[in-house]
Amino acid sequence: MAGTAPIFDEMTLADGAVRPAYETLARWLKTIPTDLLATRSREAEALFRRIGITFAVYGDAASTERLIPFDVIPRILTNDEWGRLSKGLTQRVKAINAFLNDVYSKREILRAGLVPEDLVYRNPAFRPEMNQQPVPHGIYVMIAGIDIVRVDADTFYVLEDNARTPSGVSYMLENREVMIRLFPELFSQHRVAPVENYTDDLLATMKSVAPRSASSDPTCVLLTPGLFNSAYYEHTFLADKLGVELVEGRDLFVKADIVYMRTTEGPKRVDVIYRRLDDDFLDPLAFRPDSALGVPGIMSAYHAGNVTLANAVGTGVSDDKAVYSYMPEIVKFYLGEEPILKNVPTHRCREPDELKYVLENLADLVVKEVHGSGGYGMLIGPKATKAEIETFRDKLIKDPAGFIAQPTLALSTCPTLVDEGVAPRHVDLRPYVLTGRDKVRIVPGGLTRVALKEGSLVVNSSQGGGTKDTWVLDS
Amino acid sequence: MRIRIAHETLYTYAVPANAVIQTLRLTPRNFSGQHVANWRLDVDQDCRLDAHEDAFGNITHTFSASGPIQSMTIRVDGLIETSDTAGVVRGAIERFPPGLYLRETDLTKADAEIRAYAEARRAKAGNGTLSILHALLDDLPAGMAYDKDPTHASTTATEAFALKSGVCQDFAHIFIAAARHLGIPARYVGGYFLHADGTIDQEAGHAWAEAYVEDLGWVGFDPANAICPAEQHIRIACGLDYLNAAPVRGSRHGGDGEFLTVKVRVDQAARQVQVQ
Repeated sequence: MAGTAPIFDEMTLADGAVRPAYETLARWLKTIPTDLLATRSREAEALFRRIGITFAVYGDAASTERLIPFDVIPRILTNDEWGRLSKGLTQRVKAINAFLNDVYSKREILRAGLVPEDLVYRNPAFRPEMNQQPVPHGIYVMIAGIDIVRVDADTFYVLEDNARTPSGVSYMLENREVMIRLFPELFSQHRVAPVENYTDDLLATMKSVAPRSASSDPTCVLLTPGLFNSAYYEHTFLADKLGVELVEGRDLFVKADIVYMRTTEGPKRVDVIYRRLDDDFLDPLAFRPDSALGVPGIMSAYHAGNVTLANAVGTGVSDDKAVYSYMPEIVKFYLGEEPILKNVPTHRCREPDELKYVLENLADLVVKEVHGSGGYGMLIGPKATKAEIETFRDKLIKDPAGFIAQPTLALSTCPTLVDEGVAPRHVDLRPYVLTGRDKVRIVPGGLTRVALKEGSLVVNSSQGGGTKDTWVLDS
Repeated sequence: MRIRIAHETLYTYAVPANAVIQTLRLTPRNFSGQHVANWRLDVDQDCRLDAHEDAFGNITHTFSASGPIQSMTIRVDGLIETSDTAGVVRGAIERFPPGLYLRETDLTKADAEIRAYAEARRAKAGNGTLSILHALLDDLPAGMAYDKDPTHASTTATEAFALKSGVCQDFAHIFIAAARHLGIPARYVGGYFLHADGTIDQEAGHAWAEAYVEDLGWVGFDPANAICPAEQHIRIACGLDYLNAAPVRGSRHGGDGEFLTVKVRVDQAARQVQVQ
């Protein structure tokens, strides 16, 4: 598929026509001199630096984080497009929650033989400790980040579900703030749906999932692994916007199955913890015994139903690459509906027919390790040498269950400011889906990541990716 | 057989501890081979013991005590009636299907050495899960020295197997790693053991393994003693490895210079006289 399928540009169609949502922006791009855009781009960087400085007391980790490039040209989605996406996202996260509820209780989907047992039981992210342990209100994933890619005017795919501790939402919020400051006129020429209410939505979501024993105004905190964590800046940012305490493990303690926060006025009971600390480190009494970042005894309080952890423990089993390939079945099984959002077609090499197909088409496919991450142990067929393909063929034959394969997708592009001027670059989108007891909340848009290198499909910030503001038009 | 257990764990601190929190897995449950006649768990601190059942069906007690704590004692006293089931564990609380117990953990990872060892035992044993497990059980102690010095609570199966020595916990981890590598579900069991030689006072509890055999169910294997549990084993807790079944997992604030004394007495109880 790579190189042959036409690439869909979100602004300009193949015949040169501008898509209606981009009309104003396209006109504006024609009139604004490139060097003025470059100036604005430098101003944006200065603004980010200044916002960063507000937080710089927290150390180097925060300031290095801020160097992720920001592209000043917004990405635009129509209300219609967003409407479909948001329905699909709601459905998907609902299914993920139902799946987690099930695999930690009745395991009906395993009994039905729809998802192989070993994919769950032998999955490193599955937490046996959560078995038969109810979570408050039955909600496991309150905060999800679903990575979406687009290949044409109508087709969006889910590339990956992030159900553990998805990050990046602070960029979504700051990108908007900076855009309004830099381009107030352009902004006012569009009816852009707001994203500023994200933190209000997050707080409302957290409060809605407080244990039944909590007061009507539950105490929420944000638990961070500390300033050496790469997302520490975001933790400080969110705690500040939420108006909740930012705590580390040592600021909390458990007594008689209740979690307290140490304050100058004495211990204060904590009801909901937005934790950005991985499962492994949460409680040295339950998981890694050498964790100094967690709260000893917190799992006991959690099992007693006296505190809510957002997200719940053990949610990672739902966002694994192998389980991902079963998402269409998962949606149908729990909701009895057809999935609104498509999965990237995924070949499970554990199935003999699929393996045969993959081995015959290695040069055209992307092959990924089931439990691998960060691009490690991955084969990009169209870009690989013959020798690399043969090495991978051996690996696949040896351990078919360890791999999945997908076609290489022609990701959509958006106009982006690069050294040579304005040019199309590949993008993805991470919307944030908040699930509360009362309802699902999704602020329109999300974080658009852009691959700044020409032809590159890699949007990760670690590999030269940048971000953009995402405008969902209100009408 | 009636077995009396007295297990005392004494902590003393050079600098008093400000706070201590612990999760205890020190309470047995009944199954076909064991009936709990009497059991008492006590912590000599002003605290509440919050009982839960964990994900594996073990009974846990979590307590938190505030300092200054100079010393602390956890005491267990109990009387258990056991019967010989030839190692077969029936009527125990099962919260997972056997498939879960193929899961690899840090403590039970099988490296190339353990894998080769397991495969060689299987080749020798021939067909049948039970004969493979017995081959592992018979052979493992021969190649391993029982020595409590070189290993500790967080020693992995791989490390102990490389050292060729360890304690019951290490033997159990190696057995589990080997069995799982061969596709046989296996799990860790913590408890007590009544020595046949009349030794009553011990320095610690005991640990062994259980493996799943089609048609039989879970069967106990005690590789440190090269036997299947009969009447002398008291089963307290089980899980994927030591960490799921540890008698005590705790954390403290302050309390530098911790000194730990463990006394375990496992003794055959005198036959009770029935009084009319």
